[in-house]
Amino acid sequence: MPVKGSPHIIHRYLRSSKRFPHVWCPGCGIGILLGALVRAIDRNGYSKDEIVLISGIGCSGRLPTYLDFNTLHTTHGRAVTFATGIKLAKPSLKVIVVMGDGDAASIGGNHLIHAARRNIDITAIIVNNQIYGMTGGQASPTTPLGVKTSSSPFGHLESPFDISKLVEAAGAAFVARSTVYHTRLLDRIISQALHKQGFSVVEVMAPCVTHFGKFTHMASAVEMMKWQKDNAIPLAKAGQLSEEQLRDKIVTGVLVDRDKPTFHLEHEKISRQPG
Amino acid sequence: MRRRQRNERLLLQGSEACVRGAIAAGCRFYAGYPITPATEIMELMSRRLPEAGGVFIQMEDEIASLGAVIGASLGGLKAMTATSGPGFSLMQEHISFAAMAEVPCVIVNVMRGGPSTGLPTLPAQGDVMQARWGAHGDHPIIVLAPSSAYEFFDLTVKGFNLSERYRIPVIVLADETVSHTRESVALPHDDEVELEDRPKPTVPPEWYAPYRDPGSGVPPMPAFGEGYRYHVTGLAHDIHGYPTTRSDETGELMLRLFNKVSKDFHLLQWFDSYFEEDARVTVIAYGSVARSALRAVRVARERGLPVGLLKLKVLWPFMRRTVMRFLSASDKVLVPEMNMGQLSREVKRVNQGECQVATLNKVDGRMITPVEILARLEEMCR
Repeated sequence: MPVKGSPHIIHRYLRSSKRFPHVWCPGCGIGILLGALVRAIDRNGYSKDEIVLISGIGCSGRLPTYLDFNTLHTTHGRAVTFATGIKLAKPSLKVIVVMGDGDAASIGGNHLIHAARRNIDITAIIVNNQIYGMTGGQASPTTPLGVKTSSSPFGHLESPFDISKLVEAAGAAFVARSTVYHTRLLDRIISQALHKQGFSVVEVMAPCVTHFGKFTHMASAVEMMKWQKDNAIPLAKAGQLSEEQLRDKIVTGVLVDRDKPTFHLEHEKISRQPG
Repeated sequence: MRRRQRNERLLLQGSEACVRGAIAAGCRFYAGYPITPATEIMELMSRRLPEAGGVFIQMEDEIASLGAVIGASLGGLKAMTATSGPGFSLMQEHISFAAMAEVPCVIVNVMRGGPSTGLPTLPAQGDVMQARWGAHGDHPIIVLAPSSAYEFFDLTVKGFNLSERYRIPVIVLADETVSHTRESVALPHDDEVELEDRPKPTVPPEWYAPYRDPGSGVPPMPAFGEGYRYHVTGLAHDIHGYPTTRSDETGELMLRLFNKVSKDFHLLQWFDSYFEEDARVTVIAYGSVARSALRAVRVARERGLPVGLLKLKVLWPFMRRTVMRFLSASDKVLVPEMNMGQLSREVKRVNQGECQVATLNKVDGRMITPVEILARLEEMCR
């Protein structure tokens, strides 16, 4: 067995039949998330056959392709609807959805909040790089006010969503946030999210060097990582800070952890032959 | 559900017959969104499916409904949704996905007056072309059109079977009149219903390539969780399901998607014909209009007119072979439709010029009556 933290763990989960290299740019955060996700799955002891990994459209949409699970690359924003169908059809499967910020909070915003409200027993991992990467750097629903992008050349006129607060208000059972810089935290909260019964959300702040970095004059991966390091504030510490002090900061940690009835278990009560 | 006596007649709405057909066909998952005039199907499913050990969920919209249906189908269940025009428009994105990823599913569209919100409570046949071409990109599709409660049962069963056999989305295109008319029907017992299931792989997982043509054009399809860990995507893909832009692979995929259905066009010639032997003027109709047409043709026959009826049960792929036979045997053809002329375009397309094709169109939310068709037939026979 490879030692804990060894890259061999990832190699055991990559698809040998898939043609590499992957599509992501140098400095992208999605590869770090892929590693964290695989480590969390491995740590929880799931078999490859019981994992279903689903994505929407965008840079994050390509993630499942590389991994040796049951994988599904769906339409833009609708990944959680497919996940809902799979989970209800076969509740024994562990269903994980990976989405981007545009995917989850813009075109898929309605699906996201309703899956949270119904408490569908799936884990949604939302890679928030604050921009549409694959289409060339347009403003997303999490792009900060004033940031210039390729579709907001005079500065973004809109305020961003706080995705974690959104899904908390919608009823998610578990909500946590980390950056890809804080990999130990990321590993831990993904592991907790997978373990949680109910709709669990992990918001992953990730750098898009190619586009967001360019528009915000942080043109290197190292610079963007440093920005994440300097601006992340653990939840316990954030409680002592004012709203003004928390502006543009990333509050990290487990934000919500509560028990609620899950849809498929409620449905089993009314179904004659559960499962 | 009380066990029915053999040959017992039931008084059923079309929508109830559809639900019974779906459950008899093995449907165990329904996701939907309320919309007039298809809501009854969802309401009945919410009661019947849990009783049958299936899963019902009301989703946030029609896009989500078909997404969940496709997910459930990948999970191994036969799954369906039902809607009407505006919801059907929203579903087009996922009809396209199901066609590309080859996920069996059934979509019932109970047509109402359009465009837009239109006439929610009144019948129409305005979605004939949308059912064929509404989804983006070239794709295969099968569209069935019931004209009675019995046919709604029967074509829902057959719709599931075709969708499983070819791994494609099948649309059951009903109209408000067919769905809401309550009539006496004798339904077969569940054990008398012929069922088809999607082909399953017989090779071990390490040999399995999810999109390799086994010869029939329809690759075997395991459910997620059965040990075959494969990739499903709406992107153009190679035989392993992985995205590709290589022209040899993308071209082969598209041809296979079409050929798996087109090689069997001759098996999809489902119709009823009346007075075919000596008809000089033939009515070609589908859905509730075919009921009015049959009445008109029978009265015309009583009056000595040489008329006949061809009732189409499959709209797409268009029954070219059958329709051409009727066109060449008739002097004139009348195509009555509750739209501005959609299927009549196809009839004209396959007409080799030997037959005169007339249309009778009505788009005011009222049914085309037997009297209206009869008047046209008398005129055409003059």
